Amino acid sequence: MAAWQVLVSGLAQGCIYGLIALGFVLIYKATETVSFAQGDLMMVGGFVALLLLNHLGWPLWAVLPLSVLALAALGLGLERLVIRPVLGQPAFSVVMLTLGLGYLARGLITMLPVVGTETHRLNLPYGEPLQLPGGLVLAVEQLVVMGSTVLLCGLLFALFRFTRVGLAMQAASQNQLAAHLMGIPVRRLNGYVWALAAGVAALAAVLLAPITFVHANMGLIGLKAFPAAVVGGFGSLPGAILGGLIIGVVEALAGFYLPEGFKDVSAYVLVLVVLVLMPHGLLGERQVKRV
Amino acid sequence: MRTVFKTSYDQDIDLFKHGGQRFWYALLMLGLVAAPFFLESYALTQLSFVLIYGVVGLGLMLLAGFTGLFSMGHAAFLGVGAYAQALLCQAGWPFLLSMPVAGALAAAVGVLVGLPALRVKGIYLAIATLSFGFIVEEGLARWESLTGGNAGLLVPQAQAFGWVVDSGEKFYAVCLVVAVLSTLAVLNLLRSPTGRAFVAVRDSEVSAQCMGIHLASTKTLAFALSAFFTGLGGALYAHQIRFLSPDQFGILQSIDLLLLVTIGGLGSVHGAFLGAIFLIAMPQGIAMLKDYLPPHIGQAPGLQSAVFGLVLIGFVLFEPLGLYGRWVKIRTWLQLFPFYRRGMLARQKSYQKSERLR
Repeated sequence: MAAWQVLVSGLAQGCIYGLIALGFVLIYKATETVSFAQGDLMMVGGFVALLLLNHLGWPLWAVLPLSVLALAALGLGLERLVIRPVLGQPAFSVVMLTLGLGYLARGLITMLPVVGTETHRLNLPYGEPLQLPGGLVLAVEQLVVMGSTVLLCGLLFALFRFTRVGLAMQAASQNQLAAHLMGIPVRRLNGYVWALAAGVAALAAVLLAPITFVHANMGLIGLKAFPAAVVGGFGSLPGAILGGLIIGVVEALAGFYLPEGFKDVSAYVLVLVVLVLMPHGLLGERQVKRV
Repeated sequence: MRTVFKTSYDQDIDLFKHGGQRFWYALLMLGLVAAPFFLESYALTQLSFVLIYGVVGLGLMLLAGFTGLFSMGHAAFLGVGAYAQALLCQAGWPFLLSMPVAGALAAAVGVLVGLPALRVKGIYLAIATLSFGFIVEEGLARWESLTGGNAGLLVPQAQAFGWVVDSGEKFYAVCLVVAVLSTLAVLNLLRSPTGRAFVAVRDSEVSAQCMGIHLASTKTLAFALSAFFTGLGGALYAHQIRFLSPDQFGILQSIDLLLLVTIGGLGSVHGAFLGAIFLIAMPQGIAMLKDYLPPHIGQAPGLQSAVFGLVLIGFVLFEPLGLYGRWVKIRTWLQLFPFYRRGMLARQKSYQKSERLR
């Protein structure tokens, strides 16, 4: 019974990793760059929600879309200002750039007088934990996380399947040059992708806030989402969620069955194993190199 | 501008291209050797730090700058070197012996990391090395019987055959010797066939293979050598810090090292030392500036991190070749004075190549 309980909370935690990993994968798939700032974007999103909810006292139904929109605008701006000038340069430049953005975001947030380095609590109206049949206990926030992940996956699926923007993004992600020649505005799409990824990060932040609280270093959880993205296959959206779930469950089980300390590294051990056995991840695409 | 007419092969492979270079480097060496006589102890400590980070930077530069494999877990090698040095010193080894052994241990670990690196590239490699860094950090924290865990480990003073390194000046001398020897070693490595193979692998793996370079062994060797120099730097770092704890070798340290090579200038030996100077001088500069800033900015804890982020973004956007690239531009401007035109050394943009097809 305890094992089931561990499994369920692992799945809830895994949904969070999956949500953050979704951001990486969206950006990687469309622009072939990896944003190490994703976790820090999430942190900024958490603080935006904190400002709206706690300090301005807005209702939750307004806070959630507003913080997602605010972060989407930030993502759009970042892509235009910072990322676009280095397109075409080695991947290393972009990685360093996003690391720099992460530093900057962490520094600026702690410089705000009301924020500082303290840990904050988002006032979310969650009630008592639910008693599930079979004696399992599930916190409402975990349930909300799982539900929102499923919902978001559905929305993204619909976006990529049924809308012109989504189809254009898919085309651009397969071959940027060909997409450009077919009249798709690839650069503008890259901006939208960054906006989308930042919006997903804001959503993840609001969902995560009751579990880990809001603080300047909460973005470091993004480093756990990298293994999730790699295990699933870096270029695959369902892979990101699957990888997140696997990482969450493995971590929970390692914390339960193995001695202390294995919990924190289990995700990284798993990622090394996956990289050695299947370098493209579980659902990643395999492409043949042609000279 | 000096034009060197090369008339012999010896001249072509000379470390110094002309007498001017010889003069300036001799002056620099003289200054470094004389530093303990006119610097106070605090400044000398900082200078030792610069030399240590320079050696560590050389290691990462070899991997990231010259071989094009970038590692996000390099602090792990630093940690392996530092802990090995501390433990060997506790066992009473002379540092002349224990330092190369610490470096060699780090190199052995480097080979271990190099193995998955043969199968994965680009971002996958970054994440593999990141994971490895986390595992080593956690390992250092958990292997308490050996490393003392989170409680930390005291590093005894370095000694060799009765000569104890018990003052800042003596330690500075050790750092200087190690730094000069490492620099010479790296410079010589880079003009050897191995060094050229590294650069060839960085520029194009396919072309390198066509030229008969064995990719797997070259990459493994790059990892091993890089880890060796980083481990050597780690051994010095252990003596400088005097107290080791696992959190000094975490992801933030790895990112600092990447920052060092990027800001110094990827793909230049000068860059390793320029980056080290930057990494040591920047916090000092910020601390000095604090008094002149409005208090709510100057006293904010995030100031340093924000400035680091801004500087990093600025360098990647405006000066991708780093401090060394900037210096080359200034030097060229001076040499060509009335004839310099904008964009002479500008980087050529290429179309983005898909990593998935590489």
